[in-house]
Amino acid sequence: MDSVRYDAERQGSRIPIALKILIAGGFGAGKTTLVSALSEVRPLQTEEILTGAGADTDDLSGVEGKSTTTVAMDFGRITINDDLQLYLFGTPGQDRFWFLWDELAFGALGAVVLADTRRLADCFPSIDYFEQRGVPFVVGVNCFDGSQRFSLEAVRRALDLDPDVPMVLCDARDRQSGKAVLISLVEHVARQRGEPVPAA
Amino acid sequence: MRSDLPGHRHEWLDDDAGPVVRPYTLTGGRVRSCADGFDLVAYVLASPNPDLGAYPELHPEHRLLVELAGQGTPVVELAADLDLAVGVVRVLLGDLLTRGLVAVQQPPRATYLPDNDILKAVVDGLRAL
Repeated sequence: MDSVRYDAERQGSRIPIALKILIAGGFGAGKTTLVSALSEVRPLQTEEILTGAGADTDDLSGVEGKSTTTVAMDFGRITINDDLQLYLFGTPGQDRFWFLWDELAFGALGAVVLADTRRLADCFPSIDYFEQRGVPFVVGVNCFDGSQRFSLEAVRRALDLDPDVPMVLCDARDRQSGKAVLISLVEHVARQRGEPVPAA
Repeated sequence: MRSDLPGHRHEWLDDDAGPVVRPYTLTGGRVRSCADGFDLVAYVLASPNPDLGAYPELHPEHRLLVELAGQGTPVVELAADLDLAVGVVRVLLGDLLTRGLVAVQQPPRATYLPDNDILKAVVDGLRAL
């Protein structure tokens, strides 16, 4: 692969670095809404193919005769500058599709877990997933209209979160609010690396 | 409809899943790319002046991919543009890579990148949006 990379550079094209951020949370927690609010383009959709019985794609036998199904992935893009782009991927709501996201979590900068205080338990699987894989994450508590407001501390206790995991109140429909969540994630990642980003 | 197919019950098939498809028809049944490493956000860049005429075996979708990757485009955007599943696009891109029609640039791995200058640039960029 090194020679391939060399070829790309030799052509003199400036290719940006793309960073992945996952937007997770339970069904209806506002993942697609947040991706839409933040993306500079209308959120795009693509599909990943589900293979039967896990993902044993090495086995070619009988594949031609198999029908299968797909899961849609929503994603959006934020251009930081000529050299840097963020890609936001909303995760599928069903827990059983998480294996699709192993690839995505691999190399991801971090994740935002959206919590809906009306159904707090729905975001447990996302939190477990990122904790187990060591993916840095922040929790965005999405404030839906008419939903009961709890204190962040009460939510933190209910989620049994580590004290260093940032929690942010947010409105997934609002771009500025979504930006603040992403900033808190990147700052969290920088802190974990021991070199905090200076405050504005 | 799905339950009307005796012997074809599939553990993933229910109302949460997408429609039943045969996604690998386009790849001649191949489900693995002949090249690893097409990360979702890996950038694909078409070779300058690719000679597609030399490869009559390529499908129109291959040719579209070369066209779309003229300025460098991430795998996931190519898949969305072509309205094809990512797995299928990976196989097609592998065909193009082995023929030298595209190059690929992997994204940085979180273990050693992004460095803190990049993180600072991201925060600054987000603040400025």
